[in-house]
Amino acid sequence: MKRNLVLGVLAVAFLVAFGWIVATQGPLAPVKVTLAQAAETKLERTLFGIATVEARRSHSIGPTLAGRVARVLVDQGDAVNAGQLLAEMEPVDLDARLAAGAASSAAATQRVQSAEAALIEATSRAQLAKNSADRFADLRKKNFVSQEAADAKSHEAAAALAARSSAAATLAAAKDDARRAQSELAGTGKNREHLRMTSPVDGIVTARLAEPGSTVVAGQAVVQVIDPASLWLRVRVDQGRSQGLAVGLPAEIALRSRPGEKLAGRVARVDWVGDAVTEERIANIAFERLPVGIAIGELAEVTLRLPAIEKALAIPAAALQRQGNQSGVWQPAEGKTHFVPVTSGALSADGFVEIRQGLAAGDTVIVHSGKALADGTRIKTADTLK
Amino acid sequence: MINLASRDVLHGWGKFLFTGIGLGLLIGATLTMAGVFRGMVDDGQVLIDNSGADLWVVQQGTLGPYAEPSSIRDDVWRGIAGIQGVAETGNAAYLTIQMAHAGKDTRVMIVGIEVDRPNRPGAPAYLTAGRPILQGHYEAIADERAGLKIGERVKIRRHDYTVVGLTRRMVSSSGDPMIFVPLKDAQEIQFLKDNDVLVNERARTAANPAFNRPGVPGLLEAAQASATQARSVNTVLVRLSPGADPATVANDIQRWKRLTAYTRTQMEDILIAKLIATSAKQIGMFLVILAIVTAAIVAFIIYTMTLAKVREIAVLKLIGAKNRVIAGMILQQALALGVIGFLVGRIAAGLWGPAFPKYVLLLPQDAIGGFAIVLTICALASSVAIRAALAIDPAEAIGG
Repeated sequence: MKRNLVLGVLAVAFLVAFGWIVATQGPLAPVKVTLAQAAETKLERTLFGIATVEARRSHSIGPTLAGRVARVLVDQGDAVNAGQLLAEMEPVDLDARLAAGAASSAAATQRVQSAEAALIEATSRAQLAKNSADRFADLRKKNFVSQEAADAKSHEAAAALAARSSAAATLAAAKDDARRAQSELAGTGKNREHLRMTSPVDGIVTARLAEPGSTVVAGQAVVQVIDPASLWLRVRVDQGRSQGLAVGLPAEIALRSRPGEKLAGRVARVDWVGDAVTEERIANIAFERLPVGIAIGELAEVTLRLPAIEKALAIPAAALQRQGNQSGVWQPAEGKTHFVPVTSGALSADGFVEIRQGLAAGDTVIVHSGKALADGTRIKTADTLK
Repeated sequence: MINLASRDVLHGWGKFLFTGIGLGLLIGATLTMAGVFRGMVDDGQVLIDNSGADLWVVQQGTLGPYAEPSSIRDDVWRGIAGIQGVAETGNAAYLTIQMAHAGKDTRVMIVGIEVDRPNRPGAPAYLTAGRPILQGHYEAIADERAGLKIGERVKIRRHDYTVVGLTRRMVSSSGDPMIFVPLKDAQEIQFLKDNDVLVNERARTAANPAFNRPGVPGLLEAAQASATQARSVNTVLVRLSPGADPATVANDIQRWKRLTAYTRTQMEDILIAKLIATSAKQIGMFLVILAIVTAAIVAFIIYTMTLAKVREIAVLKLIGAKNRVIAGMILQQALALGVIGFLVGRIAAGLWGPAFPKYVLLLPQDAIGGFAIVLTICALASSVAIRAALAIDPAEAIGG
């Protein structure tokens, strides 16, 4: 009978193994789930965006007229001061025109001198003629000279006076002409001055865009200068998650070149115009302290810290599920599932979601499950799903 | 009355049991093959279920996004969201890549989903660990089969992604594990070229006189910037409002938006009837052959078992046992062998099934059907043996 016993035990073991396989694997097995309880917690909220380093003020310096570049005095990376000469355009005929202007201005000045001399001469002549006429008039009273001679002298005096007036007018005209020549010269000089491109700020040259000899059109940049103190980040935040984006939010910045380092910053500006195509909002982040060796165009990850919600009923976000068009959670009830619709609110950075309606503190919800759940699915609780 | 069959089995139970186990392993192989077939179909089915969509809107005239490439602009959803009956839309991008992980290459399907709020269409329906994607960039949820752990950082093309959640049974139609990433990242992975190509393309554009004309500053930069934009997705997943008719909405979208829309039934047809049709048939053919071989082997085993008992049967006949008793003994033994074989087979399939690289789905109805077929085959095979047994001459008990 010992044999029967052995066989019996074997048969039972066999059936148990079969039962175990059917019950733990395959569709008849209960679904393993992990549970969590809704609790009042502090929700730390963040916004996340991708940013590039940009210069707040970037100056593209180029000529105002088309022409050929004569010389470029600076190169990328050079530090420049406000007013420093950076590049110069080919003057073409401007230097010659400047010389011509200077010559004609000098000539006009000399014409003024000549007119002044002529005026002095005419004044002196008029004085002489007047004295002579006065003397003849005196002699005529005493009848020493004829009336005719006295009249002739008087006429001479009037003519000399008119000649003096004419000389004075000539002088005024010469002076005007000299001023015109001077203005013309100054104008040509201004034009010439415009061909010299100077830096408007103390900064760094970031690009040398044209070389001597190349032709550029009006407005095309030859040299680009930025103010390195004005470097900041241009961050793009998904519109769907941009609620709360505001000036002054503290930011944590991880530059691509140093992903482990967390740099501090602050939202300095939020653009009123978002990007309609990529559905993103754009903001600028200023560094708290500008890091050394930062490059324009470098990628950065920006985490903005929104004000925390001090106390809110929250559950792990993984528990939030959808049935049809309803958002809700699965709750365990006597080894089975049932669906409870909830209204959810803010999401926290560490994966919790605020529950505004539908749950009370202490309610148990299903967080993870080994399978998609349906109403009435048999479940088995576990600490972790493996 | 004593049971002849059990007495006979007990007589040589070791041999009987081992025969049963051997047979069981064969049946296990057949059940596993059926499981592989079911698993293949299920891979297609879960792909549809997991997307959580009622409609798939794809490029006009394509069978996208799973069976054929499809590319549509990522702002198309705005027009679709306005159509009556549409409750929610979600852009999605799918692409299969080879991902280097832990020193070896794994084939994975990258799924780009919208992450601005939880449970957008396309997001994994459930997690087995961790949390959903909360950041707009560089976070990932991976299927357990990808072999990733929570908190691990994995490099996909240009960027490192942090695994924040794990899920299960989220696979492509060919069984590759899925990795869910935010849509904008997936677009970059899919459409952005590598650095060498970018540099070469820039040089090519710069050498093209049409784009690099003297006197038009900025043209080259504009041309180059427009070449690196990634503004396409593979499909728009649509959820319908309750009561909306999928066919009507699909028709509206096809007619007015000049795109192609598939309903769930059509998508099932594309994925299961068309995409995996040949490989499923391949497995199906093999399953049929394996079933025939199993049947033949069962028949041979029972036949040889009976022939090995020629002398005992002759003695039974000699002492006047009825034919019915002998036939019953053989039939009972055959059925017992079948039952042991089935149990061993089911256990074996259950044990080695999870070790398969692709999903093996053992359905209860398959097991029940298999059980019925095994018993039928055993009964049929025993009929041949019974015929042989009845033909035995009682004289053999004395002679031989």
